[in-house]
Amino acid sequence: MAERSLTRKLTASLVPALPYLWLGVFFLVPFLIVLKISLSDPAVAQPPYKPVFDWSDIAGFFSQLDLDNFETLVGDDLYLSATLSSIRIATISTILLLLVGFPVAYAMARAPERHRPLLVALVILPFWTSFLIRIYAWIAILKPEGLLNQGLMALGAISEPLTILNTEWAVYIGIVYAYLPFMVLPLYAALEKMDDTLLEAALDLGSPPWRSFWTITVPLAMPGIIAGSLLCFIPAVGEFVIPDLLGGSETLMIGRQLWSEFFSNRDWPLASAVAILLLIILVVPIVIYRDVEARRLETES
Amino acid sequence: MTRRLSLFNLTSLIFGFAFLYLPILLLVVYSFNASRLVTVWGGFSTQWYGALFRNEALMEAAWVTLRIALLSATLATVLGTLAALALTRYGRFFGRTLFTGMVYAPMVMPEVITGLSLLLFFVAIGLDRGFWTIALAHTTLTMCFVTVVVQSRLMTFDRSLEEAAMDLGAPPLRTFFAVTLPLIAPSIVAGFLLAFTLSLDDLVIASFNTGPGATTLPIKIYSQVRLGLSPEVNAASAILIGIVTLGVVVATLLTKRSAARARRDGH
Amino acid sequence: MGAVRRAFAPWSDPNAKPLISFENITKRFGDAVAVDNLSLNIFEGEFFCLLGPSGCGKTTLMRMLAGFEQPTAGRITLAGQDLAGVPPYRRPVNMMFQSYALFPHMSVEKNIAFGLKQDGLPKAEITSRVEEMLRLVQLERLAKRYPSQLSGGQRQRVALARALAKRPKLLLLDEPLGALDKKLREATQFELMDIQHELGMTFVVVTHDQEEAMTMADRIAVMDQGHLAQVATPGEIYEQPKTRFIAEFVGDVNILEGNVMGQENGLWRVQTPSADAPLTIDDPDEVLHSGQAVAIAVRPEKMVIQRDPPGPNARNVLTGEVWDIGYLGDWTVYRVKLASGAILRVTRANASRFVENPIDWDEQVYVTFAPNAAVILAE
Repeated sequence: MAERSLTRKLTASLVPALPYLWLGVFFLVPFLIVLKISLSDPAVAQPPYKPVFDWSDIAGFFSQLDLDNFETLVGDDLYLSATLSSIRIATISTILLLLVGFPVAYAMARAPERHRPLLVALVILPFWTSFLIRIYAWIAILKPEGLLNQGLMALGAISEPLTILNTEWAVYIGIVYAYLPFMVLPLYAALEKMDDTLLEAALDLGSPPWRSFWTITVPLAMPGIIAGSLLCFIPAVGEFVIPDLLGGSETLMIGRQLWSEFFSNRDWPLASAVAILLLIILVVPIVIYRDVEARRLETES
Repeated sequence: MTRRLSLFNLTSLIFGFAFLYLPILLLVVYSFNASRLVTVWGGFSTQWYGALFRNEALMEAAWVTLRIALLSATLATVLGTLAALALTRYGRFFGRTLFTGMVYAPMVMPEVITGLSLLLFFVAIGLDRGFWTIALAHTTLTMCFVTVVVQSRLMTFDRSLEEAAMDLGAPPLRTFFAVTLPLIAPSIVAGFLLAFTLSLDDLVIASFNTGPGATTLPIKIYSQVRLGLSPEVNAASAILIGIVTLGVVVATLLTKRSAARARRDGH
Repeated sequence: MGAVRRAFAPWSDPNAKPLISFENITKRFGDAVAVDNLSLNIFEGEFFCLLGPSGCGKTTLMRMLAGFEQPTAGRITLAGQDLAGVPPYRRPVNMMFQSYALFPHMSVEKNIAFGLKQDGLPKAEITSRVEEMLRLVQLERLAKRYPSQLSGGQRQRVALARALAKRPKLLLLDEPLGALDKKLREATQFELMDIQHELGMTFVVVTHDQEEAMTMADRIAVMDQGHLAQVATPGEIYEQPKTRFIAEFVGDVNILEGNVMGQENGLWRVQTPSADAPLTIDDPDEVLHSGQAVAIAVRPEKMVIQRDPPGPNARNVLTGEVWDIGYLGDWTVYRVKLASGAILRVTRANASRFVENPIDWDEQVYVTFAPNAAVILAE
C-alpha cells in the first residue's frame, strides 16, 4: 500500500512539474539569456556576441557585463524617438479602438440573448484567420490605386487618390482592425453582465439616458475598458508586422527597430538591449493587466 | 418580453461587422481575379489557384507549416492541460506565483521578445535552428493559450461529480479518466485548435527561429508581400480562410455541445 | 388578517378624484396580450396591492405607470395629467425594484443621493435629505458601505430609501419583500405600512404573495390573465370572493360542487354529491336559478370537525374519515376524506394546551358549517 501511494504521489506531482519545467527551460532561461546578452559586447563571430557562459571565471563573467548597449540606446536619438513614437501610436490606436469597439460591444450586449453567442463568434472568427493575411488585405484596399480610392472616386467623394498606405494612418487602421476583437470582447463581457434594471432605476430616479451612460454604464464597464485597453496597448507597442507592411519608412516603432537591429545589422546584443527596453516600457501595463484579470477571476469564482 | 435593437445599436453592429469582414471578403473575391494587377478586376478566373498548386516552394512551405502546427499543438495541448489542472486543482505548491506568471507572460509579451529570447537560447545550447526550434518555440507560446481555455472550463466544473465518482469507489486517477476528462474534452479540443491556428499563423517567432529548409508559409508569404501584391498570395489566403472557417464552425459546434453539457451539469 | 382599518375609503366616495386613473388600458407584446382593456382608479394616500400569479399582467401594469412600457391603447393619468409620452425620468413616480437595482459602484449614501442629484438640488439639501432617509430606514451607520457589503434586508432598506428620497407622489414597489426570509418579511410588512402612514404617500405594490397583500393593503386588485378579477378591501376579497379563481388564489378553501334546488326562507338549497342532505347556504346577493351548477366555497377555519354526530336539526353535515393530521402549533389541520372521494381541509385552533382523547387518524368524523360560512360561486 505504501508503495502504491508513493507512485500515486509521484504521478500526481508530475502534473504541475512537467509544464513548470517546460516553461522554466523555454521561457525563463531564454529570458535571462536576453538579459545577459544585452549586457555584453558585440563580436564579429558566429554567434555574433561574446560567450554567454564561461564558468571557469565567475569574476570575469561579471566584469565583462556593462551597460554599453543601454548607453547606446539612450545616446542615440533614433531609439528615443522610436520608443516615444511606439507609445504614441499605441496610445492613439487604443483610443481609436475604444471609440470603435465600445458601440459594437454595447450593441452586442443589448442584442436579444439568443443572438449573442453568434455575435461573439462573429467577433472572434477573424481572429482565427491569419493575422498576416488580414493585414495584407488592407494593402489592396489602401493603395493609391486601391479599392478604397477606386470606390471613393467612383462616388465622386474625392477627385484625387488619397495617400493612406505607407503613412501612420494606415498603421492606425491596421492596428484598429487587427486588435478590434481584443477590445470588443472584454468590453462585451463587462457590459453583458450589467443588470438592465440599473439603467431603469437611473431613469426612474430622473436621470436621462445620455446622463446614465456616463454615471452608470461607463463606471460599470470600467474593468472591461481597462482590460481591453491594456490588451490592445501592450502588443501594439511591440507591433512589427503592421508598421512594416502598412507604415512608411518614417514610421518608427520599437519592434521594427529590434527586428532590423537583429536581421539587418546583426547586432544581437543591441537587439537584446532593445528587447529589454521594450519590456521595461511594458512592465507597468502588464502588471496592471495581471492585477485586473486576477481580480476579475476572483469575483467570478 | 422581447427586446429590439435600437437604430443606433443596429448601425453600430452593421458598421462594426462590415469593418471586420469586408477586407477578408474583398481578399477572397479578388483571388478569383483574372488580372495580375490585384486591385483591378479583369474577370473571373481560378488560374491563381492552379499557379499556387504548381508553386513548389509555396507548397513545401505549407507542408512544413502543417507539420510544425500539428506537432506543437499536440505537445501544447498536453502541457497546457496539465498546467490548467495544476492551477485549478493543486491549491498551493512551491513557486506557484512564478508558475502563474510564466503561464500568462508569453501571452502578453511582444512576439519579437519571445522570438529573440528563444533564438538566443537555442544558439546558447547549440541547437541547430530549423523545424525543431520552431516547433519548440510554438509549443511554449501556445501551451499558455491552451491553459487558459481548459482552466476556464475547469473553474466552472462541478466538483461534486468527482466526489460522487470517488464516493462510488473510483480512485482519483480512474475518476479523472472516467469523469473529469470526458467532461472537459471539448475545451481541450478547442484549446488544441487554438494552438494549431496560432502556430499556423505565426510569422515573428518563426522568423527568429527558422533555419535552412524550414521556411513556413507565413515567412514565405511575408517575403512575397514585401515585394508587392501577388494574386497567388490572394489565392493561398482564400484557401487558408476557408480552412479556418471550417475549423471554427466545428469548434463552435463542439463548444456548444460542451456548453449544453455544462448546463446539464447544473450551471 | 384583513383587519378593518381606519375609516379611509375614498374609493366609495363618488366625488373623490383619483390620483391615478387607468382608462381602457391594453398592452400587447407581439401577439401576447398582457393587459386587456383594463380600467382602474387609485386614490391618494392608498396602499394599493396588485395581486396575481406570475404572468397575469400586474408587473406590466406597474411598468406602464413608471414609464418603462407604453400602453398599446388607452390612457393613464396621474393627478389629472396624461402620462403618454412622458419619459420615466420626468415622471413624479419612483419605483423600488424587485432586484433592488442598487448601483454596485456607489455607496449607500451615493445611491440614495442619486435621484436628488438629478434634480440639481443644492448640496446641503441633498446631504440633509440623505441623512433623513438613512434615519427613516435605520441605516445611519452603513452610509459609507457598498451594496455588496450589505445583507438582503439592508439592501431592501437602501432601495426603499433611494426610491423615497425624491418624495414622489407615487411609490411603486415591485415584489418588495420577495427576496427576504419569512421572519424578516413579516417585520418589514409592518414597517412599510408605518412608513407609508408616516409619509402619507401613495404606495402601489405588486406581489404574488396573498398574505403580504392582505396584511398591507387598503385595497387589493386581483389580476388574472390581463383582467381585473376583483378590486376590493382584503376583507371583502377573502370573505366574498367573486370567482372561484379568487377564492382559490387567496387563502385556502374547500370547494363543493353541486346544483341549485331552490330558495327557502331566503336561503339557497344546494344538492351536492358530497353530502347526503342538501346544503343550506346564506348568500342572498346571488341570483341563481333552479338546476344551475354552482361551487360552494367554505374556508377551512369556518368548518367544525367533531366525533359525535350532530343533532337532528343540524345543517350542512358532511361525513368522512380522518385522512391526515398536521399539527402546526397554533392550528391543527385535518384532511377529511368524504364518501364521495373529495378531501376537505378543516382547521381547528388549538385553544388549550391539552386535549383529552383527541381526534385520531382513520376515525369517522362529522364536519359541519353554518349557512353563512359559505359563499356560492356561479360556475
